[in-house]
Amino acid sequence: MSLLSDIGRFLLMLKGMFKRPENGKMYWREFMHQCNEIGFGSLGIVAIISVFIGAVSTIQTAYQLVSPLIPISTIAQIVRDTVILEFAPTLVCIVLAGVAGSRIASELGNMRVSEQIDALEIMGINTKAYLILPKIAAALLMIPLLVIIAMVLGIWGGRLAGTAAGIIPANLFDKGLTSEFMPYNVFFALTKSYAFAFIISSIPAFFGYFVRGGALEIGRASTKAVVVSCILILFADYILSALLL
Amino acid sequence: MIEVKNIQKQFGDKTVIEDVSASMETGRCNLIIGASGSGKTVLMKCMVGLLKPDRGEVYYNGTDFTNMDAAQKTQIRKEIGMLFQGSALFDSLNVEQNIMFPLNMFTQDSFTTKLKRVNAVLERVNLAGVNKKFPAELSGGMKKRVALARAVVLNPKYLFCDEPNSGLDPQTSLVIDKLIRELTVEYNITTVINTHDMNSVMEIGDYILYMYQGKKEWEGTRKDIIFSKNQLLNDFIFASDFLKDAKDMRMLEETGKIPNERNMDELTRP
Repeated sequence: MSLLSDIGRFLLMLKGMFKRPENGKMYWREFMHQCNEIGFGSLGIVAIISVFIGAVSTIQTAYQLVSPLIPISTIAQIVRDTVILEFAPTLVCIVLAGVAGSRIASELGNMRVSEQIDALEIMGINTKAYLILPKIAAALLMIPLLVIIAMVLGIWGGRLAGTAAGIIPANLFDKGLTSEFMPYNVFFALTKSYAFAFIISSIPAFFGYFVRGGALEIGRASTKAVVVSCILILFADYILSALLL
Repeated sequence: MIEVKNIQKQFGDKTVIEDVSASMETGRCNLIIGASGSGKTVLMKCMVGLLKPDRGEVYYNGTDFTNMDAAQKTQIRKEIGMLFQGSALFDSLNVEQNIMFPLNMFTQDSFTTKLKRVNAVLERVNLAGVNKKFPAELSGGMKKRVALARAVVLNPKYLFCDEPNSGLDPQTSLVIDKLIRELTVEYNITTVINTHDMNSVMEIGDYILYMYQGKKEWEGTRKDIIFSKNQLLNDFIFASDFLKDAKDMRMLEETGKIPNERNMDELTRP
């Protein structure tokens, strides 16, 4: 029953966002602020994770490819497809659920508890539209961009690790990267990243916006938001893979 | 003028407000007083529309606010300023940006005009020059004054103050009270204040509504309080022996039995 009422409240929250803005310029400013927070705020961690994931993929793939019949450039193909199909969208978005999701939940939770949301309501501002919509829109714009950056950095990290460890020469890695490349994989990864971006922004916004109580509840809401977001990301990953691959 | 008629609000089985009616006039400080849990904050939230009452209506200058649609409520809310118990300043914005926020949202004025208005209200609350400070850098009293400046920056017709003196020392409380009273008279605002601060009651209470366990127990002016025989009200307001003595003294002054050397009305009127 609680789950159903939560789903109902979530849908009503989404519906409540789509009202005419009181002042488009202020909404645009908030959108840009959120782009900066979600995009540039997470860029560092995304870059670090991507490079290391690519590097580890190369080393582990080389470790498992023991047959002399398989060309060495296959390592690059496997790293490329793994990074594009799974690591860049899914793993990065799970990390973003922790970084950006917890920030969204705690920011809104703090605003709710300290009556800042009430203050906005009293001013006659639609708080769902002003506080939540720019976050979701910014996530939908910035997270796919972060995923693209993660793809590039992941593959670059793999190339770097492969050449540094003497596993695969750079020219063979590059040859492997271009052979049998399917652009559909990038489309699939971006489709996933849009779905995940919506989850990463809307679920924490829901938990933060409706928090009741004090600092303890904000912490709980933040944790719950991250856990639910991660579960939904994995669930959506499975569904989208089953439907699109 | 704000009128509340037969307001009732329940949370689950618990009735928090029961059949409360009151009339709050323009240019006066209307106080809602009562112990913690007496329903005064819920009543205020029903009045500003943060909570929907289960029964009853709230009228703003004769217009039924309770049954308006969202768009109509937004129009009324643009005429409301509210000072929250915890000030509710936006942490990420500095003082200037906090006060300018309603102006940015609802006016098309140039930045210079808005800044001029911000500086004027900051000066009015005796905080000139703190524009670039963030809420975390301000004391409790300063936060309240910044919040008050933000509440009046759009020249509201109605000002709501939820526990304006909570967490403040008596001297700062008096400053806030004086400021609220001055702004009320100066801008001819209908001011509604939620408080259990007895100084406020005696200093600025033009109209006082005493709530007890969700019901209206008593209403009157601060002068009426002195002569009130309502036991619950007297127990609440004059809780200590010191305050009881003060009440007796004030009664003797008011009835002319001893000279009134500090006319309360003249001291507190701006």
